[in-house]
Amino acid sequence: MSTSAQVAAGTEATAETTGRRKKPQLSEGARAERRLGWMLCAPAVIVMLAVTGYPLIYAIWLSFERYNLELPQDIKFIGFSNYAAVLSSPYWWQALKVTVIITIISVAITLVLGMLLAQVMHRTLFGRGTVRTASLIPYGIVTVAAAYGWQYAWTPSQGYLSAAFNNSAPLTKEYTAIAVIILAEIWKTTPFMGLLLLAGLSLVPDDLQRAAMVDGATAWQRFMKITLPLMKPAILVALLFRTLDSFRIFDNIFILTDGANNTGSVSILGYDNLFNALNLGIGSTISVLIFICVAIIAVLFIKGFGTAAPGTNTGTE
Amino acid sequence: MAAVTTTPRQKVGWGTANVVVIALALIPVLWMASLSFKTPAAILDPSFVPAQWTWGNYDQILSTSQFIRPLINSIGIGLIATLVAVVLASMAAYAVARLRFPGKGVLIGMALLIAIFPQIALVTPLFNIERAIGLFNTWPGLIIPYIAFGLPLAIYVLSAFFREIPWELEKAAYVDGATPLQAFVKVIAPLAAPGMVTTAILVFLACWNDFLFAISFTSTISSRTAPAAMEYFSGSSQFTVPTGPIAAAACVITIPIIVFVLFFQRRIVAGLTSGAVKG
Repeated sequence: MSTSAQVAAGTEATAETTGRRKKPQLSEGARAERRLGWMLCAPAVIVMLAVTGYPLIYAIWLSFERYNLELPQDIKFIGFSNYAAVLSSPYWWQALKVTVIITIISVAITLVLGMLLAQVMHRTLFGRGTVRTASLIPYGIVTVAAAYGWQYAWTPSQGYLSAAFNNSAPLTKEYTAIAVIILAEIWKTTPFMGLLLLAGLSLVPDDLQRAAMVDGATAWQRFMKITLPLMKPAILVALLFRTLDSFRIFDNIFILTDGANNTGSVSILGYDNLFNALNLGIGSTISVLIFICVAIIAVLFIKGFGTAAPGTNTGTE
Repeated sequence: MAAVTTTPRQKVGWGTANVVVIALALIPVLWMASLSFKTPAAILDPSFVPAQWTWGNYDQILSTSQFIRPLINSIGIGLIATLVAVVLASMAAYAVARLRFPGKGVLIGMALLIAIFPQIALVTPLFNIERAIGLFNTWPGLIIPYIAFGLPLAIYVLSAFFREIPWELEKAAYVDGATPLQAFVKVIAPLAAPGMVTTAILVFLACWNDFLFAISFTSTISSRTAPAAMEYFSGSSQFTVPTGPIAAAACVITIPIIVFVLFFQRRIVAGLTSGAVKG
């Protein structure tokens, strides 16, 4: 680490003096800078490709095969049959429906609560550090640990929340169980949303707010006409990340219901097909379909909302 | 930055809001702590504060390798993955922040793709690959995926930090006669250290938190991490769900997080938001 950075520091100095002035032709310095850049990025790129790129291609390959771990002698290329099987199965559509419901509701509520939390963190004159620290705890806590807490809280005759709601057992029925899952998601992810929005909020100049006040704008008008438009990029980035993160929900459902009573998400379905049905072919097909869904969501966000993908302007600084 | 105007009434309003936020954040954690101190009899009483207090649940989990071993795995795997990810990401982030080279956009695009990648899509193929090459149920079998998923986050946060470093100081050191090594050790490293600490915390939290890979790529306590091990407490006692021990285990794995958050609150916030503001 120290040697590579040291080399980097040395070449940088020469690249600085020779490389930047002559633009059209690559000088020796610019070429050295290029080579150094690639060398420094190579290890990270190789690890990322080895763990994600290659397995993804392998998953696509597996999705065209009949491949059950219990029947190792019966591995065979079967084209799109796995896709036909998954896409005509009610389990897939039920899981997709549950995932979409959880994603839309939890992201929408998290956005509103996150905005409120950002306002509280931004506007408070005292105890700001305390609020931030407290709200970081849900973010940092292990999702599984929190999920157990919610599960016990909603268990009849054990949990304080169940007791408060007439000793009810929400985790045993489809829609109430989904509501509890959404609640657990919201509790866990609102702080992250709030912090991202707080960063956007701090970019809104106070002068503008003051000027609008002088002109007689109400707090609501100021929020809608000044704060929101200026925060649009931060909101879109936060929404994109939260949506994609929520779409792959697994931990909370696994602990709270393990997919019982039609509460499984697409991730739970994929997991079950691999570890309970031991079907690599179908499991891979579900993997590929989830990947396609995520890609569609990302493209819709980036194209539909006209926002640049976060980080795209780093290359052109 | 003060608010636009603050009347005493508003102060009370925001103060109340503060209290509400803190309460909402802490009540589920306190509930977990309360459960972990309840005796088996008191577990069946929904009151928030235990009627009888006991350390029994902690004694039980801390005296068995069923929890201690996974806890060691969690710490070891998390630390190694974090260290490697931060070193590799520092090199890449330095290049992104400081050098001109074609392909920078591709690297950033790739990091973004992996950041939003649905991990479940990799579980099936990685499971099969790890079985084939003997990494299944080993430390490296978890460390390598953790590095790959920690890298995008680390590259983002570090390149945002590195762009803020006043690199002219390095040239100034040369003018003053420093060698490249001295310039790095005395000038650049101290400036880069806070960003690297922040990044390390975020990556470690992500590894510590992982559940999906941990239950998919392990089969015994030799490499199972703590969050995945809690799942197996359930089977250990025959007819009752071991609520108390699970709650105690949940508290044990939560304590380091709370300590981290208390100590590094400012840095965690800076790290989490660095990408968002720049992007």
